This record gives sequence, C-alpha cells and structure tokens, in this order.
Amino acid sequence: MATIRRELRIDRPASDVWAVVGDVGSIHRWFPGIVACELLDTDAGPVRRVELATGLQLDELIVTNDPIARRFQYSISGGVFRHHLGTVDVIDLGEDDCLVVYGTDATPDVMALVIGGATGQALSNLADLVGAPTGGST
Amino acid sequence: MGRKILFVTTDQQRYDTLGCNGGTVARTPVVDALAAEGIRYERAVPQSVVCMPSRSTMLTGQHQATHGVWMNGVPLPTDAPSVATLLHRAGYRTALIGKAHFEPFLDPLGRFTENRLSASGAPTTETTQYDGLPGPHRGFEHLQFATHGATGWLHYAQWLGANHPHHVRDYYQVLDGDLEVNAAGFGDTGAPQVKHNPIPTEWYHTDWVARRTIDWLDGLDADDDWFCWMSFPDPHHPWDPPESELHRIDWRDVPLPDGYRSDVAERERILDSKPRHWRLWYDGALVSNYEAPTHWVPATLTDDQVREINAMNAIECELIDEALGRVLSAIDHRGWGDDVDVVFTTDHGELQGDFGLMFKGPYHVDGLMRLPLVWRPARSSAIDPAEVTRPVGLVDLAPTFCDIAGLPSGDWMQGRRLPTDDVDADQRGVESQLTAWDSELFGVGVYLRTLTLEDWVCTAYLPGTVHDGTEGELYHLADDPLQQVNRWDDPSVCAVRDDLVAQLWDTQPPERHPRIDLQAPV
Repeated sequence: MATIRRELRIDRPASDVWAVVGDVGSIHRWFPGIVACELLDTDAGPVRRVELATGLQLDELIVTNDPIARRFQYSISGGVFRHHLGTVDVIDLGEDDCLVVYGTDATPDVMALVIGGATGQALSNLADLVGAPTGGST
Repeated sequence: MGRKILFVTTDQQRYDTLGCNGGTVARTPVVDALAAEGIRYERAVPQSVVCMPSRSTMLTGQHQATHGVWMNGVPLPTDAPSVATLLHRAGYRTALIGKAHFEPFLDPLGRFTENRLSASGAPTTETTQYDGLPGPHRGFEHLQFATHGATGWLHYAQWLGANHPHHVRDYYQVLDGDLEVNAAGFGDTGAPQVKHNPIPTEWYHTDWVARRTIDWLDGLDADDDWFCWMSFPDPHHPWDPPESELHRIDWRDVPLPDGYRSDVAERERILDSKPRHWRLWYDGALVSNYEAPTHWVPATLTDDQVREINAMNAIECELIDEALGRVLSAIDHRGWGDDVDVVFTTDHGELQGDFGLMFKGPYHVDGLMRLPLVWRPARSSAIDPAEVTRPVGLVDLAPTFCDIAGLPSGDWMQGRRLPTDDVDADQRGVESQLTAWDSELFGVGVYLRTLTLEDWVCTAYLPGTVHDGTEGELYHLADDPLQQVNRWDDPSVCAVRDDLVAQLWDTQPPERHPRIDLQAPV
C-alpha cells in the first residue's frame, strides 16, 4: 500500500472549512475533475457516487463523517482498487486559522498517486471556496 | 517571408542509433543527409533524462529547477513561458503534432488540457499565457496528440478507436493490471516491453504523426511562416513496431552494445564502483522512479534480450527516418525547401543494455545523456555544414528558434542559441551543460546534479533515501567513453573533481517557488 499526503494552512476558522468538507454532497465544488455527485443509501452504508470529467464514475463509501473531530474518511471501491482510504482532517489552529490534511492510502500503489495527486489542487480550491484571503499556504 | 522551422523530436533515442553518429544497426539516410548538409552536434545534453521535464525545457528554454517540472507527473503550468507563444505572436503559424507530454497522461479525472482537448474536437484552446494575455494553449494554434499506444484520451487513440477499433488491442499494454509499467515480454526472448504488433504500418503512430503533419502543412498559405513541432513517440518503449517490418533486422544478427558486459562478474564490478542505487536497482532491491517496470529485475537481462530490444528499437528508428523523409518531400513539394530549418533531436536517451540495464532512471551517463542533435539550417541562410564538439543542451533550442525567426530570445530563457561551429562556440563561451534529477516516489527520494564539459562529466548526489550527499561520479569522456571507471574517489583527480563540483554549485539555475506537487505517476 502507498500513501500520499497533502496539507494546506487556511486562514479561515476550522468550523467554516469543516462546513464544506463535512457537506459530503458538495465535493464537486472543490475537487478537481469531479463534475457531479449524488448520495446513495446502500447495504454497505452511505455512498457518494462521483462523476469524473472523463465520464468515469466512482463509488465512495463514507467511512467517517465526524464533526467533532472534524475528520472525513471515505473508501473508493471497484475498478482497479484493492484498497483505498481517503482522509480529510481539519485541525483548528486559532480564531481564523486551520490546517487541512488530505491523506490518500491505496493499493495498487500507483492509485494513491493517481487520486492523491489531485488533492493538493483540491485543498487550494477549498481555500478559495471558503474565501481564504491568500488562498492558503503549504 | 522568413525562415520556417520543422522541429522534429523522437522519444528516448540514443545518440548511437543514427548512422551519422556511427550507428550500424538502423539505417537512417534521411537524418544522415540532414547532418551532412547541416550541423551535427557531438555532445548534446538533456537538462533532464525523463520526458516531462526535458520537453518542458525545450518549450520554455529553462532548466527544470526554473520551469518547475522536476519529474514526470509534475504538470507544466499552462501559463509557463513558451517559445511557441513568442513565435505565434510574431506571426508564425504554430502546431505541435505527436507527443507533447507537458502534462500527465494518467489522468482519470480529466484534469489536464492535453487529455481533454481531443474530446473537444477543437484544434486548440485559449489559455492565459506567461505574459498575462490570452492565446492558444502554450502558443500552438493546432494540437494533435499521440503517445506510445492506443489507449487513453489523446487524438491518435481516439482516431484508431473510431476508424480501426479492432487494432486498438494490437499494441503492447504499457501498464499492467496494477497500473505499473508492464514487465511482460511477448517477443522471441521474453524481453520486457517487446511485442510483435499486428497493426498495419500505415496505422501505426509514427505514420499517423507524419501524415497529420503533412495535412497541417498542406493547409497553410505559401507565404506563411510556420513552426511545426513534429514529435514521434518512438523509439521509447514499448518496443512494438508493426510486425510486417520485423524482416528489416533479425535480432540474432544484432551485435551486443559496447556498454554491455556479458560477463556477470565484470558487469557487477562496474556497477559496484558507482553510487549504490545503481546496484540496488540491478538486483531488484530498489525502485526509485516510475520510468521502468517495477517488477522487472535488470539482473535477469540476457544477451538475446538485449539483441532483440536493440533490433526492435532500430526498426522504430528506421520508420521514423522514412516518415521524416515523406514530410520533407511534402515540404519540398510546397516550394519551401530552401527556407526551412530542420532541427532533429530527442528528449533523452535509453540505457539499452549499458551496464546490464534498460530503460531510464537516475543514471547520468551517455546512454541517457548523449543525444542525437542535427540542425539543418535553411539553405537560404548560407550557414556552412559543421560538426560541433562543445557541449550544447536542449535548453539552447528555444533561443535557437528565436534566432532563426529573427526575434530576440525571451528574457526568461536560460540557454543560448546553438553554435554553428566550434569557433562560434568558443567565441561565445559555450563549454558546459547542467542536468538535474529529482525523484520522490512512495518514500524513495533520489537527487542528482550533473555538469558536463567536453572532457569530463561530473555528478554530485544530494542527500536522499540511499545517498548521504557525499557520493558522486566523475568520468573522463575521452579516456573512458563508456563511463565504466568512476574516478570520484581517485586521489589523482581530486582537484579536478573539487573544481567541477564548485562550478556545478555555482551555476545552478534559480528555483521556482512554490514547488509544484507531483500529481500523477506519469
């Protein structure tokens, strides 16, 4: 299994950033290449089905959506994935300051980079979406 | 009306694959003739030995530290400087046909323009350029993309899928089921990345690139000035030329390369004299980058596999040479023959058996670092034929294109126009080139900085996963043309080493900030 981590310090309250991250149906507003999503109830649990700009679809099982810890985790299933776990942590650093850490663990290894390679841009987009004055800094 | 520019690149082609450079396996009469009529460079050096950084250098005229594409998978920003933009703004018609690879291929999210463009049906798209003004993507008004097969989103794959769908699967599958570079072999010897490809030659990507180039040229007005980057995906692996062409070269007749040692003990002794990642990769104990099959162990390479790969590679070089000949005939047919500059080169080399290794990686030796480069100036320029022995670099191409067009170089460019002979080189102090390698893949980091002069090549290692920053390589190119004697720790040349290392660090180019993230494997 391989792991990719991207992080961004955002000059906005953690609660504001979490309001977007925890709104699981809004991922297409800030993750590059995701153009639409819908939420499904399945036997395995809640699933976010995302449509990519290439027309591909991915099903993401929502593993954790904890507003107290401000942690969101999801797992992509199907396709070439044998394992995947995406983790977004929003860490409070002060009144108008938080750190967002986006981790991607996957098998096959290459898929960690294929998906996780986009998360840096996702965090930048997230900072723009919440109106961070400088767009965040790594 | 000014001089027109046909910029021809191949992918991962060694210096010694051309007849004009002493190659004996492939027949390359077209490039050989360009060399005879023009300028042949004896030591052309890439600023990176992998595709995306090297191609970004060609386009921007900058070193990788400055343009920021530090490894495959790091996209060149769409507003990066581009010599094509400069030429387009000066009135040149501009096209790039074939392999671009300024942006990652492995892109299921459809994030990158190169992958999205073919689906749009448009010849280009408007983006903000380096000067803040709008213009066609990277300065090219016409873009038609291809790479090493028929999968993915690029134009050639879409064309083959739409017109000859039963041939899409003819190609070697570059990636395996885990999306790693495939280690399987389907030729006669089990050599990795070899396949006998049933596709007809006229539908193979080499011919497609040439045909699309001719089509674009045919659409231009006679008095247009133009810059056409014709970029062949071969002879980069996979080595799967059309099987109808295999009769050209029987691999059983191909001699083993000078840099390959059949004697295992001798081969391993040479490897052990180099920094430790060489032997670690050979033994299958370290994978530092995505550019070679993860599950292939170089120590398993056989003499026959080397022969077969070299034969397949040579067949691909011959097909490129013939395709280029057809494009040059079409140019002559348009009446442009005296006003076209032709520059032929590649992005980096291929180990191709040297040291018992294949493919590429953090190995700054001639297999990867000595490139074919031929410039046939327009006949109307009256530049005399020459051979240039001083080191030149791909970073010098963009200023050369500006000079051909009669334009000043962009102030962002870090190279200088190519010398037309050694006297010109000496008068302008053309004497060294820089190359860099930075890779970080799943916890393994490798970092090299290299200075190439006419007589020495010196590589210093930065601290990384398997290096502590004290390692290095030093080769005397005349005494040791195969770079088999590492003199880094030789007391008799320690003063030379220290001088070269000082020069290496003193001449490092400025670094782009912030650093661009690795965003895909390739």
